[in-house]
Amino acid sequence: MELFNNLALGFDVALSFQNLLYCFIGVLLGTLIGVLPGLGPTATIAMLLPVTFTLPPVAALIMLAGIYYGSQYGGSTTAILVNLPGEAASVVTAIDGYKMARQGRAGPALGVAAIGSFFAGTVATVVIGLFAPPLADIALQFGPAEYFSLMAVGLVAAVVLAHGPFIKALAMVVLGLLLGMVGTDVNSGVPRFNFDIPDIAERIDFVVIAMGLFGTCEIIANLEVREHRDIAISKVKGFMPTKEDWKLCWPTVLRGTALGSVLGILPGGGSLLASFAAYTMEKKLAKPPTKFGEGDIRGVAAPESANNAGAQTSFIPLLTLGIPSNSVMALMIGAMILKGIVPGPMVMTERPDLFWGMIASMWVGNLILVILNLPLIGLWIKLLSVPYRILYPAILVFCCIGVYTLNNTEFNVYLLVVFSILGYVCVKLECEPAPLILGFILGPMMEEYLRRAMLLSRGDPMTFVTKPISAALLGVAVLLLIAIALPAVRKKREEAFVEGAD
Amino acid sequence: MKIKAPRDFWAGLMFIAFGLGFLIVSQNYSMGTAVRMGPAYFPTILGGLLAFLGLIVLGQSFTVSGSPIPRFAFRPLIVILIAIGLFGVMIRSVGLVPATLALVVVSSLGNYEFRTKEVLVMAIGLALFAVGVFHYGLGLSFKLWPGH
Repeated sequence: MELFNNLALGFDVALSFQNLLYCFIGVLLGTLIGVLPGLGPTATIAMLLPVTFTLPPVAALIMLAGIYYGSQYGGSTTAILVNLPGEAASVVTAIDGYKMARQGRAGPALGVAAIGSFFAGTVATVVIGLFAPPLADIALQFGPAEYFSLMAVGLVAAVVLAHGPFIKALAMVVLGLLLGMVGTDVNSGVPRFNFDIPDIAERIDFVVIAMGLFGTCEIIANLEVREHRDIAISKVKGFMPTKEDWKLCWPTVLRGTALGSVLGILPGGGSLLASFAAYTMEKKLAKPPTKFGEGDIRGVAAPESANNAGAQTSFIPLLTLGIPSNSVMALMIGAMILKGIVPGPMVMTERPDLFWGMIASMWVGNLILVILNLPLIGLWIKLLSVPYRILYPAILVFCCIGVYTLNNTEFNVYLLVVFSILGYVCVKLECEPAPLILGFILGPMMEEYLRRAMLLSRGDPMTFVTKPISAALLGVAVLLLIAIALPAVRKKREEAFVEGAD
Repeated sequence: MKIKAPRDFWAGLMFIAFGLGFLIVSQNYSMGTAVRMGPAYFPTILGGLLAFLGLIVLGQSFTVSGSPIPRFAFRPLIVILIAIGLFGVMIRSVGLVPATLALVVVSSLGNYEFRTKEVLVMAIGLALFAVGVFHYGLGLSFKLWPGH
């Protein structure tokens, strides 16, 4: 079977000494930073991106992917032990996980999170291997009109499926698209919106934006609140959940994995939506439902398996269509472009080593996480007791050196100040920064496809609705926009995200 | 008319300002035609769209009520921004080591408790770390200190 040949090639790449090493470093760093509260995966990847600059492309992407799912994993440890989500996707894990820890069952909670995640990761690896090639085949048929419509529906869906006020999120996407226009116009060579500053003659570096909106801005926001951490326990023993636990939660793990895999592929999906949705679903299905929210092991198993599955399948649109489904994937696209790889359906045929190597490395990375993390739990607990006043200057040092080394110009550091202010204002005004990053990455691509499509159709905009695939995609975008405008749907959407928060 | 949702009110104004800003600056470039779009074409559409969305958000702020704007914590905000700016000024003129020391010391002022000894140890430690990892480890070359 082709899948096995492909996976064999992938494992060949992933198990080479160098790649194994970078995978290991990636998951370790990812977990480390994921454990620390107040620094999400987007900021983590933006922060550590410069570290991968000197690596070959395959190793760099393997490491970045490792950082991503490593940070998911670390986030759940913090959620269970301290009741603080290390990153947003583990918000719901904290509900039952922390209660379990308070009841002296931190071990099984961590154990089920680890094993559930590993199982979900394994399934998701196979899902990617099965579904990515046919999807890439379809994508190869796409012309510029289809691509433009695909990006439009992707951005709309990303906003609809994410939480927060809808129109503001849509406006943030458009603002991102506009910021993506800053710099030289590829067609005419005219520098746009750069006010004659040579440092942004080409374009604004996406790392600076991500670091400002997610990294430094978060630090400022975190410093507002006096920190308070209640570490449930200082020592954890016995990770194996009991037989009854297993009986209770294996169907949950299966359902969580399935739901997470599907939601991960959707634009705007990924791990966050997956964990919220899985928790809500299990809460409704649970029999008896009484213990949910009071330290039910299913309340840990569901979001943890779902978010890991979702985190991995969100690579599918990235690797096959070249379209990011969330802000982390937007950064991955940026990293690929930096490495001279054009994301899209061609990656699979032109760089099979990179494509399959990355997929295989995800499974390897998940295995490393299980082996590594449970024994290292003592270390993570120690890390959690490091106060924030010591952590944030260290994070700042990374951010500042990181943006400086992008081009060896201090201008990027000043730009970081600008985007920190923008990010802070946006947070205060309840405008999500994630859609902005998506728009920023897709902006130049959308403009390019729009131009090409209009050139091919001799200036007739009807091309977007007369081509069937493009029309169908735009139809989906319109349906989503109509759906979100309906009060009933809007209410349901708000409920889905509020469920976990209370 | 009364503002019912101050966050939406200001967000709306912000989007309108950005939208119009991009729209106006775009007009310096050539518009081109629908077949051959000039550099102003797409940004003009987007700028208009952003201003329009801003207008909706602004309009909603008078009809749908929302929560007030949370207080700005000016101390951490200003201190952190100054610390980053200072790093920018220093990194090339006086080098990585002094820039990192300044960044750590100044940014620590953003916290409500400042422990002199701890901050100094941290500053020196992080400067050593930065030199070791970024300069030697990753081979990114920096000016380390004045006259380096």
